Amino acid sequence: MPDINTILFYIFAFLIVSFSFIVVFAKNIIYSAVSLFVTLFGTAALYILLRADFLAITQVMVYIGGILILLIFGIMMTTRITDSEIKTTNLSSVPAVFVSAGVFVILIIVLLTTKWNINPPVENDVTVNRIGNLLLTTYLLPFEIASVVLLIALMGAAMYARKK
Amino acid sequence: MPAAVQYIIIPLVKVVLIQITLLIGVALTVWLERRTAGFIQDRYGPNRVGPFGLLQPVADVVKLFMKEDIVPEKANKFIHSLAPAISVTIALSTIAVIPFADPIQLFGSEFKLQIADVNIGILYILAMVSLGVYGVTLSGWASNNKYSLLGGLRSSAQMISYELSMGVAVLGIILVNGTFELDTIVQNQAGWKWNIILQPVGFLIFLTAAFAETNRTPFDLPEAEQELVGGYHTEYSSLKFALFFLSEYANVIVSACVITTLYLGGYQFPYLQTFGLSPVLVSILQIITFLIKIFIIVFFFIWIRWTVPRFRYDQLMVLGWKVMLPLALANLTITAIIVTLLK
Repeated sequence: MPDINTILFYIFAFLIVSFSFIVVFAKNIIYSAVSLFVTLFGTAALYILLRADFLAITQVMVYIGGILILLIFGIMMTTRITDSEIKTTNLSSVPAVFVSAGVFVILIIVLLTTKWNINPPVENDVTVNRIGNLLLTTYLLPFEIASVVLLIALMGAAMYARKK
Repeated sequence: MPAAVQYIIIPLVKVVLIQITLLIGVALTVWLERRTAGFIQDRYGPNRVGPFGLLQPVADVVKLFMKEDIVPEKANKFIHSLAPAISVTIALSTIAVIPFADPIQLFGSEFKLQIADVNIGILYILAMVSLGVYGVTLSGWASNNKYSLLGGLRSSAQMISYELSMGVAVLGIILVNGTFELDTIVQNQAGWKWNIILQPVGFLIFLTAAFAETNRTPFDLPEAEQELVGGYHTEYSSLKFALFFLSEYANVIVSACVITTLYLGGYQFPYLQTFGLSPVLVSILQIITFLIKIFIIVFFFIWIRWTVPRFRYDQLMVLGWKVMLPLALANLTITAIIVTLLK
C-alpha cells in the first residue's frame, strides 16, 4: 500500500498532464483557458505536497488570480465584443516539434544530473521567513533586477496603450 | 488519538459544523437585509412567513427549487453550469482559515477552533479573493447575453483593481505583527491592541476594498439593475441563481470574518482571560464575541447598501487606482519606517 502522499501525487500529476493536453489541443480557446485553471491549480497542489506552502499560494495568486484572469478577460473582449472568432490552429508544426523535443531533452538532463534534496519535508515548517531573508540577502540582486524588468515592462505597456 | 480521528474525522466535523453555521448565517443575513431595507425605506419587508418573517429565506429556497432551470440556447452550457459552482465553492472555502476561539482542552487533547491552521493564512485569504472573480466573469461570458458580458467585464476589472489595494493594506498588518498566521495575529491583539488602532488607514482601505470585492453597493456595478438588467446573473434561474445569491451573502459574512480577524481583535474580548473563568467558558464567550463582531460588520454592509448610491464606472476606477492604491502604498511605507525605528 503506497502512502497517501504518493497516491495524491499521481492523482494530481494525472490531472495536470491530461488538462495540459486539453489546453494545447482544444479547438475552443475558452476551454483551453479553463483547462489551464486546473493545470495551474494542480501544480499548486504539488507544491503543497512538497510542503512549499508559500510557493503554492503564490502560484494561485499570481498565475490563477492574476495572469489567467487577464487571459480570460482578453478572450472575452475579443470573441464576444468585436465578433472576431479566435481560431486555435497549429502553425509551424515542424519547428515546434524540434523545439519541444529540445526542451524535453534538456529537462531530462536536468532531472538526471541534479542532486535532489530527498530529505522528508518538515511538518508545519514556516518557509516564508526564510524565503524573505534569502530574497533580501543572498538573492538581492536577481530580485531587484526582476522587479526593475517588470517595472520597465509595465511602463512599456502603458506607453503602447497610450499611443493610439 | 489515532491518526484517522485526528486527520480525517475531527476536521470533517469542524467543516460540517462551520459550513452549516455559515449557511444559517447566510439565511439570516438575507432576512436581515430585507428587513433593514424595509425599515430604511419606511415599509415592512418580509413579515408573513414565520415569526417576524424569519422563515422567508426557507420559503425562497423552496420557491427557487421549484422554478424551471433555463439555459439560453446559444449559451455555452458547460461553462454556464460551471460558473455558479466555482462562485459558491470559493465563497465557502475562504472561511477555512478563520480562528473562532482560543484552542480548547477537551478529553486530554487540544482542539483548535479553526478548520485549517496554515502558516500563511492571510495569503490564503488573498488568493481566494483573487479567485472569486472567476464565477462572475465566466458566467458573464457563457450566458451569451450582452448585459451579462458587460457585468462580467466590469466585475473582473473592478475586482482586479481593488485586490491590489487590499493586498497592500494587508501588508501593513503583516509588518506590524511579523507573521502570516491568523491565530497569532488574533492573539497579538489581546486587550485593546486591535489592529484598527495601529492601522486605521489600512482598515479603511481594506473595508472599502472588501465592499468592492463582494460587489456590494456602492460598488455593485457588475449587477447594476438600471443599466444591465441583472448583470452577470441575468440569464440564471432556479438553483443556479440561488447559488450566486448564496455565494454573494456568504462572501459578505466571510469578509466580515476576515475584517474582524485582521483588524477588530478577532475573537478577543478585552481582558477576558484575566477574569479567572474556566477555559471552556472562555472559549464559548470568545465565539459569542466573534459572532457579535461579525454581526456588527454585516449590519454595516447592509446599512451602506441601502444608504449610499452606486458609483459611476469612471469614478470607481479613479477611486481604486488614484486614491486607494497611493494611500495604501503610503500607509505601507510609513508603517515600515515606524516598525523599523521602533525595533
